Amino acid sequence: MNRGADTARGVSTRAVEIIVAGAIFALGAMVVFDSIRLGSKWASDGPQAGYFPFYIGAIICVCATVVLLYALVGKHAGPRVFVSWPALRRVLQVLGPAAVYVLGIQLIGIYIASAAYIAVFMIWLGRYSALLSGAIGCGVMAAFFLMFEVWFKVPLYKGMLDPLAFLGY
Amino acid sequence: MEELNALFHGFAVALSPLNVLLMFVGILLGVVIGVLPGLGGANGIAILLPLTFTMPPTSAIIMLSCIYWGALFGGAITSVLFNIPGEPWSVATTFDGYPMAQQGRAGEALTAAFTSSFVGALFAVIVFTFLAPLVASFALKFGPPEFFSVYLLTFCSFVGLGKGAPFKIIAAMMIGFALAAVGIDTVTGQLRLTFGWTEMMRGFDFLVAVIGLFGIGEILQSMEEGLAFQGKQAKINSRIVLETWAKLPRYWTSSLRACLIGCAMGIVPGGATPASFMSYGVAKRVSRNGPKFGTGQVEGVVAPETAAHAAGTSALLPMLTLGVPGSPTAAVLLGGLLIWGLQPGPLLFVEKKDFVWGLIASMYLGNLAGLIVVLTCVPLFAAILRVPFSIIAPVIIVICAIGAYTVHNAMLDIWLMLLFGVIGYVFKKLDYPLAPLVLALVLGDRAEDSFRQSMLMSQGDVSIFFSNALVGGITALALVLLFWPLGASLIARLRYG
Repeated sequence: MNRGADTARGVSTRAVEIIVAGAIFALGAMVVFDSIRLGSKWASDGPQAGYFPFYIGAIICVCATVVLLYALVGKHAGPRVFVSWPALRRVLQVLGPAAVYVLGIQLIGIYIASAAYIAVFMIWLGRYSALLSGAIGCGVMAAFFLMFEVWFKVPLYKGMLDPLAFLGY
Repeated sequence: MEELNALFHGFAVALSPLNVLLMFVGILLGVVIGVLPGLGGANGIAILLPLTFTMPPTSAIIMLSCIYWGALFGGAITSVLFNIPGEPWSVATTFDGYPMAQQGRAGEALTAAFTSSFVGALFAVIVFTFLAPLVASFALKFGPPEFFSVYLLTFCSFVGLGKGAPFKIIAAMMIGFALAAVGIDTVTGQLRLTFGWTEMMRGFDFLVAVIGLFGIGEILQSMEEGLAFQGKQAKINSRIVLETWAKLPRYWTSSLRACLIGCAMGIVPGGATPASFMSYGVAKRVSRNGPKFGTGQVEGVVAPETAAHAAGTSALLPMLTLGVPGSPTAAVLLGGLLIWGLQPGPLLFVEKKDFVWGLIASMYLGNLAGLIVVLTCVPLFAAILRVPFSIIAPVIIVICAIGAYTVHNAMLDIWLMLLFGVIGYVFKKLDYPLAPLVLALVLGDRAEDSFRQSMLMSQGDVSIFFSNALVGGITALALVLLFWPLGASLIARLRYG
């Protein structure tokens, strides 16, 4: 892996720093607004529900502002490039399928979605044969099935469509 | 001597056949978890926690704490053989451990690492045995203001001891508190921060956050680095072990210093990582071999490993005695205690003696079992890392998804895990620390409760946190730590003009 060429260009740290600080500020503002809605003052029976979160939200906003200002002024010691384009591609190669996988769990349950996910991951990124990949995917999930459903009696999510209903678990 | 009696009673509890079996299972699982990328002590235990719900609490905590010891040992394997620190506090072990492996002395480095880990842990457990009951009986006198000041101290010490930008540390911590506030308010019963979304009523479970932040986040980071493990071979046989053991007593001063640093720093939250660096740094300055550090000195492995294990062990002391965990892993163990219906804190030492002393006895036995397991099975564990990443990665993501689901049997938690994974990846790269976020998420409700109770006691007057010497002292110490980075940079500026 040639790292030197890898790190040359990519998403700038400054941009990510600014976006993240902005998102954190928005979160803080959200907390402050909801706390004010609930009441962040002192009632006859003591502090109201929003009393503590109000200050939490306020501190978040202050910290986010400071981090944002640092990023805008450019006082940053870290690397200039947050993630290089090829590295970002590798990250998305994992993240994208992972999101599809979670959606798959929602529909067809953990067991089938996971077996398929492991197999596809191996074929796509590991260049293994479909037969081996399928065998490992099914084998791992069969082991998990025995462990969770049979031995520990912890039922896992079977999905909205529940294709494994015939097994009776 | 009351402690010794209790301890022997604890050994009787821990030495039942089931518990000994669970101890070895825990150590094995722990080392595997410590060796695998994407699984560490904290999220590994978080994932396995639901499987222990049906066990008796004492057996469950013995197994889970042994997973923790195993993960600590496992971190050293990756540091020495692969130059990849398994946990943040194994970073300093790579400085001399990896050069030794490059010179073909991997076996020696690993033996030194494991043995000094054991020594550090043993020292810390002995301290634990005698100190914990004292701290617990002292803490029985604590009221809400004292507890809040301890929480404050916990969080301020992250700022004071952390290496990153203070505002990022505080921001990460406050995000944790904000996430903890989501859901039903424990005092008034009102819904907070749910914005009309009923599934949010349950709030954010920190176990899901831990699995996402540390598990998925680390997988994404490993993927970014392209990850082709280039490991060194390790041969450990009894001859190497004995030869190394014969050499180790020479470094007893480094070792003792490391034990003391580790214990002192471990009790303070977030202290294990600074402890290992500090111990390495001190050894480098004081030792006769100092200038040669970094080229593969045994002493450079002994110092950080001893301190890291001493710190990792003593991190459980505040968790058990005060209910304030010192590290994310201790926080997960604390979560386990709560789920088993045990309230960590001083009363635990009065009401659940069997449990507490069984756990303490298992710390002695677990570390001994750990030493035996790692010394005999290193090649096996190193082989795990040679399984191609394209097989390991999806399996770990699947394990994380299952772990996140089993926390509450909620599909939404799997989505949240994915979200936390992305947050973990971005935060790690931007130097927002994850440990304070997790600890705030765990302690958020209780910190808030103690704050509100204190405020009720004083009718909204903040001076209650200075109302007596004890609470005032802790609060003052917390504030000193909070403003430490500011003071330090001012002093540095004055000095260098």
